[in-house]
Amino acid sequence: MSNLAWIFTSTLLVNNFTLVMFLGLCSFFGVTAKIETAWRLGLANTFVLLITAVSASFLNAYVLAKTPFLRTIAFIVVIASAVQIVEMAVKKYLPVLFRQLGIYLPLITTNCAILGLALFQTSRKYTWVEGIVFAIGAGLGLTLALSLLASIRERLEVADVPDFARKMGLVLVAASCLSLAFMGFAGMGSG
Amino acid sequence: MTAPTVAAASQEELVPGAPPPAPLWFDVWRGIAKENPVLVQMLGMCPTMAVTNTLANGTAMGLATLFVLVGSGLFVSLFRKHIANEVRITSYILIIATFVTLADMILAATFPDISKALGPFIPLIVANCLLLGRAEAFAAKVGPVRAVADGLGMGLGFTVSLMALSALREILGSGSVFGINILGPRFEPWVFFVAPPGGFMALGILLLIKGAIMTRNARRAAEARA
Repeated sequence: MSNLAWIFTSTLLVNNFTLVMFLGLCSFFGVTAKIETAWRLGLANTFVLLITAVSASFLNAYVLAKTPFLRTIAFIVVIASAVQIVEMAVKKYLPVLFRQLGIYLPLITTNCAILGLALFQTSRKYTWVEGIVFAIGAGLGLTLALSLLASIRERLEVADVPDFARKMGLVLVAASCLSLAFMGFAGMGSG
Repeated sequence: MTAPTVAAASQEELVPGAPPPAPLWFDVWRGIAKENPVLVQMLGMCPTMAVTNTLANGTAMGLATLFVLVGSGLFVSLFRKHIANEVRITSYILIIATFVTLADMILAATFPDISKALGPFIPLIVANCLLLGRAEAFAAKVGPVRAVADGLGMGLGFTVSLMALSALREILGSGSVFGINILGPRFEPWVFFVAPPGGFMALGILLLIKGAIMTRNARRAAEARA
């Protein structure tokens, strides 16, 4: 049990997927202009992460044991299908959200956080229960990072800064400070 | 800047939304400068940040991505008339994943140390939005020669930006270049720059410098006109 709790806090805070491991940066910079879209995309990602974690552990156990060289290809196909299902479900049941997320919903397929989760889960030899906890931790960590950066960017919009810093440069510096803050959690595991 | 009008590829039939005909050198140059994937388009950020803590890692990642860009560009372009519209994204991903698996195996066989240091970030090239972006926006609409030229340009642009970023991080963070100490024993390494926050900060600094230069150039151009 404590092992599961540790996996959860570790992926949520200490090794936050976005801010410390650098996974999923495209959406991190792409959709964080508004906080509503940011946390909703985070939750959509969490759902895809969950499906991926379960599928990846079954693929590893039954299909890929003898053919490890097909791992990358098999994972990406599973992820692409999962995203397709999520996209159809959101379009049918949450049309408003579908319009807000736009291009970023199908782009979850190329969110490296998803494939990264499947690969890390494989290299760390997680069981499927650990995989699910890992996915929830990673997804919530992603949602947290997206919401935090989006809130900072909403303030930056109205701040008085030099013209040349108006675009992404300043956002990256803000992300750096955020990442520095998350580095503070690094001591948690050693105690 | 307007696209050069010399039509080197004008023999091909034009697909709706196809990039305008341009000489081959321009297809290559566009990726290096005008539409540089990292500094202008901000695509492929994950490997950009994650592996640029040393110059060797950054260069290896850049070259691996270059290989996948050229290979997948060629095959997407060759099969562009046979892939049905509904399954095109999945097909592109499969082509890309095949080349990434190849790159992973080649790197593991030739440079095992670098392959170990990069770890899961080589398979993660599949999820680099730059690859799918170029397949969808360029390679699927033009002939194989232009697709390869574009892949070469984008790959070189990616490699050059990664090398610039990792050189900055390695010099400041460990005082060395390619693992060879250049700043002498009295230099106190700025460990911040090899740690994760340093990656964001280094790219932020590069972009701020680029922004400052471009603002200055625009102002000078305006003054020259006035």
